[in-house]
Amino acid sequence: MNLFNRLRGATQPSSRETAKRRLQLVLVHDRSQISPGLIEIIKDEIIAVISKHVDIDRDGVQVQFTQADRESRLVADIPLLDGRKNRR
Amino acid sequence: MTARVITITSGKGGVGKTTTTANVGVALALLGKRVVCLDGDIGLRNLDVVLGLENRIVYDLVDVIEGRCKLRQAMIKDKRLSELYLLPASQKRDKSAVRPDDLKKLCEDLRPDHDYILIDSAAGIEEGFRTAIAPADEVVIVTNPEVSAVRDADRVVGLVEAAEKGPARLIVNRLKPGLVQRGDMLDTSDVLDILAIDLIGIVPEDETVLISTNRGNPAAFDEKSRAGLAFRNIARRITGEDVPFQTFREETGLFGRFSRLLRRDGRTA
Ligand SMILES: Nc1ncnc2c1ncn2[C@@H]1O[C@H](COP(=O)(O)OP(=O)(O)O)[C@@H](O)[C@H]1O
Ligand SMILES: [Mg+2]
Repeated sequence: MNLFNRLRGATQPSSRETAKRRLQLVLVHDRSQISPGLIEIIKDEIIAVISKHVDIDRDGVQVQFTQADRESRLVADIPLLDGRKNRR
Repeated sequence: MTARVITITSGKGGVGKTTTTANVGVALALLGKRVVCLDGDIGLRNLDVVLGLENRIVYDLVDVIEGRCKLRQAMIKDKRLSELYLLPASQKRDKSAVRPDDLKKLCEDLRPDHDYILIDSAAGIEEGFRTAIAPADEVVIVTNPEVSAVRDADRVVGLVEAAEKGPARLIVNRLKPGLVQRGDMLDTSDVLDILAIDLIGIVPEDETVLISTNRGNPAAFDEKSRAGLAFRNIARRITGEDVPFQTFREETGLFGRFSRLLRRDGRTA
């Protein structure tokens, strides 16, 4: 980090950093043609399907895009509830 | 040998496609290559004025395609360089006057007698773009280090790949080193991280581009122009030479101002 950035104060990222981060996020959606809203729908449906068969931590479910080079993938992280602890 | 067809395109307009086509064309011709600069921006002819050849146009590309003249009659020979030609776009017609197959056929006719055919494409992702990339052996995408230009470039990277013309290579144009150093402009490395394609050139923001365009005498002719040097380096990379990328610094302080002054004098001399 150079002097300019330090003068700006540690809390505020440079406009260059902000631009890069925003571009990376918007391009993930541009490339996949899947909107952030659609991801929420997908997430809800995944929760509904999986929880028919196993107990899951619904609030902990995460569905997101990851991206390396020009390949994007949809990654779902679905925490299972600990069966023993929940069995009363 | 047969010519290599390189289409210069972008998503967003005004990023420097025409400037790049003219300057890289001049730079390739300075290397002794036989070059045709073909204006593919039908209806918005501009390559002629940037190259300074606007007064000599009689026929255009659409005249050739529609059979009103021979290909050779429409080609304007540059007087400064013996092996640089311009094939002008039509100013009166629109993009539908040239179909992808027309441009392919035209390039096939040009290939045997030249080393490089540079096609200056229309901006955007519609018809004009598709026509301009149809004959391409290689596609070069021009962008500026700025969010909307990079976003649109990404779209074009995808379309070029879908058209099986990839991988495209990238030119980052109008980089302002001072702003990058200050943390207020995307650097080339940021743009490359985002777009994940290969770089073929970095061209700094440079007032000699405007001045040379005013005169119709591309900056690539100017030994002292920083942008001119960048365009000459791009030409050398196109020929396969391994030219290291320059790092740009802001010209501040007395020395920077002094060397700028010197350059200005150099130009009028
Ligand atoms: N490296 C540069 N430095 C300064 N001005 C530039 C540079 N590259 C392009 N320009 C200016 O930007 C404007 C748009 O360039 P142009 O080549 O016409 O873009 P496009 O063909 O993509 O629409 C022109 O006024 C041109 O002189
Ligand atoms: Mg143009």
